[in-house]
Amino acid sequence: MEVFWSAFVDSIKLLFGGDAALYEIIGLSLRVSGISLFFAMLIGVPLGYLIGAHRFPGRGLVVAIVNTGMGLPPVVVGLTVYMLLSRSGPIWDLYLTWMGEAMPRVLYTVPAMIVAQVIISSPLVTGVTLAAIASVPTELRLQARSLGASRLQEAILTVKEARRGVMASVAAGFGGIISEVGAVNMVGGNIAGKTRVMTTAIQLETGQGNFGLALALGLILIGISFVIMNGFTRVQQSGGRYER
Amino acid sequence: MNASAHSCGGTPIITGEDIIVRYHRRTVVDVPRFELCDGETHAILGPSGSGKSTLLRVLGLLERPAKGRITLDGRPVTAGDKGARTMMAAVFQNPYLFKGTVSENVAYGLKLRGVSRAERDDRVAAALERVGLGGTQKASALRLSGGEAQRVALARALVLEPRILLLDEPLSYLDPLIKRRLVQDFSQILSAEGVTALYVTHDQDEAMVVADRVSIINEGTVIRSGDVDEVMTLPTTPWIADFIGMDAALSGTIVDSVEGIAEVLVGEERVFACTQLPPHTDVLVGIRPEDVMLFEAGAEMPVSSARNHLLMRVESIEHMGSTDRVSLHSNGMRIASSISRAASRELGLVAGAEVRAFFKATSVRVQSAAGVPSGV
Repeated sequence: MEVFWSAFVDSIKLLFGGDAALYEIIGLSLRVSGISLFFAMLIGVPLGYLIGAHRFPGRGLVVAIVNTGMGLPPVVVGLTVYMLLSRSGPIWDLYLTWMGEAMPRVLYTVPAMIVAQVIISSPLVTGVTLAAIASVPTELRLQARSLGASRLQEAILTVKEARRGVMASVAAGFGGIISEVGAVNMVGGNIAGKTRVMTTAIQLETGQGNFGLALALGLILIGISFVIMNGFTRVQQSGGRYER
Repeated sequence: MNASAHSCGGTPIITGEDIIVRYHRRTVVDVPRFELCDGETHAILGPSGSGKSTLLRVLGLLERPAKGRITLDGRPVTAGDKGARTMMAAVFQNPYLFKGTVSENVAYGLKLRGVSRAERDDRVAAALERVGLGGTQKASALRLSGGEAQRVALARALVLEPRILLLDEPLSYLDPLIKRRLVQDFSQILSAEGVTALYVTHDQDEAMVVADRVSIINEGTVIRSGDVDEVMTLPTTPWIADFIGMDAALSGTIVDSVEGIAEVLVGEERVFACTQLPPHTDVLVGIRPEDVMLFEAGAEMPVSSARNHLLMRVESIEHMGSTDRVSLHSNGMRIASSISRAASRELGLVAGAEVRAFFKATSVRVQSAAGVPSGV
């Protein structure tokens, strides 16, 4: 118990200790996950709407694929992205053929980490959005159309009607990547000052036997997640007085 | 059915031609011609699953038919035609209010049309006033009662000042008390606005209150269309008669006519009816059961404007809630009377008893038999 208490005290000290390296790691974690989440929403919310709001042949199969995507092991995503982007991977060859020059190194950079995290979080956002959209009655869209809404306006209204579920999808997407270590470690490489994020830092400190420090970092990560999720929840429940 | 049975004399706003809708290879709507005329409230009346709501969605450009043409003011239009769509607004069975305030709901269509905030506020206030919900702008839409919600849905459509209002079973989710009041209110609002309305319902009483014209639809096909009084009094087929709770229209021949009052021979009975049709015309004759009063067979004849008083025999008595429906026949003529249960008890009606049936000449609906299809 002693260990946990001192880790808690250490985490507070660290957080407010003015350690520039720590702040950089926290900043990078938020930046990588934030940008990834942005792209995941850009992909997942429209895709979730399209699948959730429409009936088409093979829809069940598509939903099953999305749901499988929600459980993608990050390590496998990391491995795949690693293989695609590596010097012996197909993208490297394609770039060389098309652009006539060698592709700049992507592996072990922040963009590579973002690519991996977008792949991990997009199905999460899509899957939860899809379920939320599907629960909005189709007649509501018919009603909107009958009042003059275009297809896009219809979609916007439906997403607004399902906003609690859509916000939950954003929280699910964020939760899936801020805590993720397998993929960012593999494609980012945990380079100090360049690609080191909270999770890879924790993994490193654990590997070096600095359990106390690792635990303190872990508590900081959880604390940050809490603050962000709390923000999501507030947005999610805004306007709640009109929903009962 | 001949084409003239669909035409309303006025100018059609919407015309549907050769409309066919299929779901999963099953034909759910097959309507060769449908006209909605300027200023009328046209009820589409039919049982559940008859395709009436689908027909409304197709004519309202909310759904594409498998086949068919729709013209609006003589111009061919499709569901993709936004200009045409924005001339209409719909109210559905379930009001489906959007999350938010009453005012946000009513303003929705105006916002889509880019109406300024100030104008929106004014129009929303006026529309809510019209449906009897003035001053409720700030209330949460999802906390309203069923009747209030349906009023908001009506305001949400009316505020757009549509040329055509589409109403799809707007009252069928409501309890009878609220429904009775709303039917009256809807009817008043529709006639006051002078808006053209297509009103889908399975309830013939509702259709009779709101509509000028009515089309009866069954199994995807319009089987009768015309003036509401005519259609609801003169069931031309046994199915229609059964559906609207009447006996099938009687066949007769006009034998004499004096100053708009015709003497019609039905079976071996003579019935007086108000009609301009000349003698020797073969006609269909219908009398609504509510218009037929019953008295004891030997009762003193009261002096009344009821031109028709026939001695008839009770065939059967059917209990219908607060009223009894009495089937009567005499000399080849068969009609029904709807009387209160109290009156029925007082007369001591039993099958086989003789009674005197009274009804006014104006209650007898007559239509030329030419051009009406014989029974299905």
